[in-house]
Amino acid sequence: MIGIKSYGAYIPYYRLSRSEIAKTWGGPALPGEKAVANQDEDSITMAVEAAFDCTRGIDGANIDGLFFASTTSPYKEKQCSTIIATVLDMGKEIRTADFADCLRAGTTALRAALDAVKAGSAKNILVTAADCRLAYPYSMLEQSLGDAAACFLIGDSDVAVEIEDCLSISYEITDVWRTDEDDFVREWEERWVITHGYSQNVEEAASAIMKRNGLSAKDFAKAVIYGPDPRSHAALVRRLGFEENQVQDTLFATIGNTGTPSAPLMLVAALEEAKAGDNILFASYGDGADAFILKVTEQIERIRERRGVKIHLASKALLPSYGKYLSFRKLVQLPPQALRGTGSATIMWRTKNWVLGCHASKCRKCGLITYPIQRVCYGCQAKDDYDEISLSREKGTLFTFSLDNIASGGINPPIIQSVVRFQGGTQFYCMMTDCDPKEVRVDMPVEMTLRRLHEEANFHNYFWKCRPPREGG
Amino acid sequence: MAESIKNKVAIVGMGCTKFGELWDKSASDLIVEAAYEAYEDAGIEPKDVQAAWFGTLYEFSGMAGLGLTVPLRLQYKPVTRVENMCATGSDALRNACYAVAAGVYDIVLALGVEKLKDQGISGLGMGAFASTGVSPTITAPGMFAMMATKYFARYGLSPDEGKRMLALIPVRSHHNGALNPKAHYQREITIEQVLAAPIVAWPLGIFDCCGMSDGSAAAIVVRAEDAKKFRPDPVYVKALQMCVGPGEGQISTDYDYTHVEETYRAGLAAYAEAGITDPRKEVSMAEVHDCFSITEATIMEDLQFSPRGRVKEDLEAGTFTLEGDLPVQPDGGLKCFGHPIGASGLRMMYEMYLQLQGKAGPRQIKNPQLGLTHNMGGQPSSCTVSCLIVGL
Repeated sequence: MIGIKSYGAYIPYYRLSRSEIAKTWGGPALPGEKAVANQDEDSITMAVEAAFDCTRGIDGANIDGLFFASTTSPYKEKQCSTIIATVLDMGKEIRTADFADCLRAGTTALRAALDAVKAGSAKNILVTAADCRLAYPYSMLEQSLGDAAACFLIGDSDVAVEIEDCLSISYEITDVWRTDEDDFVREWEERWVITHGYSQNVEEAASAIMKRNGLSAKDFAKAVIYGPDPRSHAALVRRLGFEENQVQDTLFATIGNTGTPSAPLMLVAALEEAKAGDNILFASYGDGADAFILKVTEQIERIRERRGVKIHLASKALLPSYGKYLSFRKLVQLPPQALRGTGSATIMWRTKNWVLGCHASKCRKCGLITYPIQRVCYGCQAKDDYDEISLSREKGTLFTFSLDNIASGGINPPIIQSVVRFQGGTQFYCMMTDCDPKEVRVDMPVEMTLRRLHEEANFHNYFWKCRPPREGG
Repeated sequence: MAESIKNKVAIVGMGCTKFGELWDKSASDLIVEAAYEAYEDAGIEPKDVQAAWFGTLYEFSGMAGLGLTVPLRLQYKPVTRVENMCATGSDALRNACYAVAAGVYDIVLALGVEKLKDQGISGLGMGAFASTGVSPTITAPGMFAMMATKYFARYGLSPDEGKRMLALIPVRSHHNGALNPKAHYQREITIEQVLAAPIVAWPLGIFDCCGMSDGSAAAIVVRAEDAKKFRPDPVYVKALQMCVGPGEGQISTDYDYTHVEETYRAGLAAYAEAGITDPRKEVSMAEVHDCFSITEATIMEDLQFSPRGRVKEDLEAGTFTLEGDLPVQPDGGLKCFGHPIGASGLRMMYEMYLQLQGKAGPRQIKNPQLGLTHNMGGQPSSCTVSCLIVGL
């Protein structure tokens, strides 16, 4: 049976209290907070995090595909799944594809992966979904939207969740959109959007798939149904006949509506609590709807070591102000930065193994592991005699650091320069992110995370930073 | 068989502009001022210069030999542009000395210059090198501050104790700078001011960082046997050593971040060349690369002026003050004289030259015999260091 072999999630470290937004603009505050990507994060880096979470303890050699779903791809033209696959060290003999432009893209990618595995053209496919959508400042939508990512590994053996049926509806409606020139999400009148967009389509798909399988609401342990807001969601699941204890929370109060990864994240949260034998109704929305009937297997117990939703939710820091959020998302014009090194596409291409793949060289003569890759070993001077190994999942400690208040041109200081030493005896010189500068200490534990550095040479430059481990990993 | 440079060449003339934020002066203005002061000091005419070495880091301070020949209208002479990061000035002088020692020139000019204050930023621009674009967003204070963090941790100093120890360094430099009319900063400061100053890169505050200045310095070099024809008190070169590390500190877990191997090795080589066996006793004075307070502190240990991990004792005892056993930065150092990158190594030599000739005015050190300059380019884990020794 084809299904989900593993799941993973990523929720940024920073949260913005909705009351902080309301305090700035006046007017009512929705309850709770939303997850906010750090200034060095985007949909690619968040998808990478979710993929690392999903593949914890899994041999990557058998994964032969990676899909990336997002409405906020950092590139309009250029594939992002290739970047993610390179970071994950998946090699070239794989299939990659980006799914875009629709909030349902995550489940669309999921269905495409199911079809590929079913057809035998792939064995195991990682499906990532990530979004970092912008709402107009001052709009109520600004309080709703949050940033996050989710990931599933789809395959046909040892599945933790069997996918018993799926059903899709395609429905033309301009309810929520961005044109090719828009930065911010646009919406038509909300009552119509909910009634004839969200509710009508999801209800139709969910009802149809239950009917087709001779099932009703009482046959499911959980209903994991996308919801743009808690009220519309509650009304819909009630109409579908679900009791409150069957309904998976939308995560609206803690993360916000995260777009493409929204329904997948809810499914991760549900699977964290699920037992073997549970039936789950799973549905997402966007220009139509996708519905799935899932059955949890015994294998679910083998993939409990995930940060998932629960641990990522607990590991957080509140942004001190709405202004910080504006600067993170570059929604205000900030003072220009002093000139720094210029990026180069050819250099990036030559160095992608160590820049993106986090490859070190391991000397075949003396065993020394050095980052980045060195042609001449500094330990024994052996020339061109090494194997490449990836350090992306290594844990280390902070050997020394500085808290540089001027390096960023004064924007969101400090830059934390870090010298990291890995347990295997390798040094990594980088910046630290997602931390409280006051808590940075010599010898503290750190782990690596891929981040977006800047846009030198007019493309996105990604590189590794260190951070205090997100709790529980 | 290679021979030592000791007593083969001499400096017979030097010039140095005032350093500072010289908004009204270009690199060309500074070059003309330093060169003509050196010509006059040596008693030579511009036409007597047979070859020149021109040190500058940034392209906007001058490119190729033309950066020197154009402002001076030097007439069809061989000129080499030298670039070795912040150690550029010392390397221009080193190359000039070797050319004279080789016997192919009689009189040569070494000149360093930097015009930093046309960039529109405070601090040092990091240049525009085509790179992977993924190196950390670095600044010089951020890089050297990592040494301070580790030094404190390694030797059991609390941040407060560590900062207090380091504060003694700029307080001393500001005292000396106040006695130097050519210095960028000529004002005394207190330890309390240092400790209360805004943090640039923790744990370094603004007074832990050297001045970013415009300026130029120049030297006229001749063969030792000719030196007394120019003046009665020439200054003889005793050692010219330079050490460029392989940059392992960035990638190697062997690096401790509390010393600079290049400084240690350049010092060893310079002492050997000059025939010095006990540097603490034999070196009369030094101008070292105090780009940051922590840099000077660790240099004192690397040059064997203080035992490892114990510079604090010497700082607290006043060893490196004008009145101490081994005065360091008598002119105020990079901290107060200022740091126009390409000029700094020659500025350090200018102070040793004045002191040896007894011309240092109110900051004159009593009866110096040997002066050492230490000029560093790069960051602690990856750098180039020049260590020169001169004497009477």
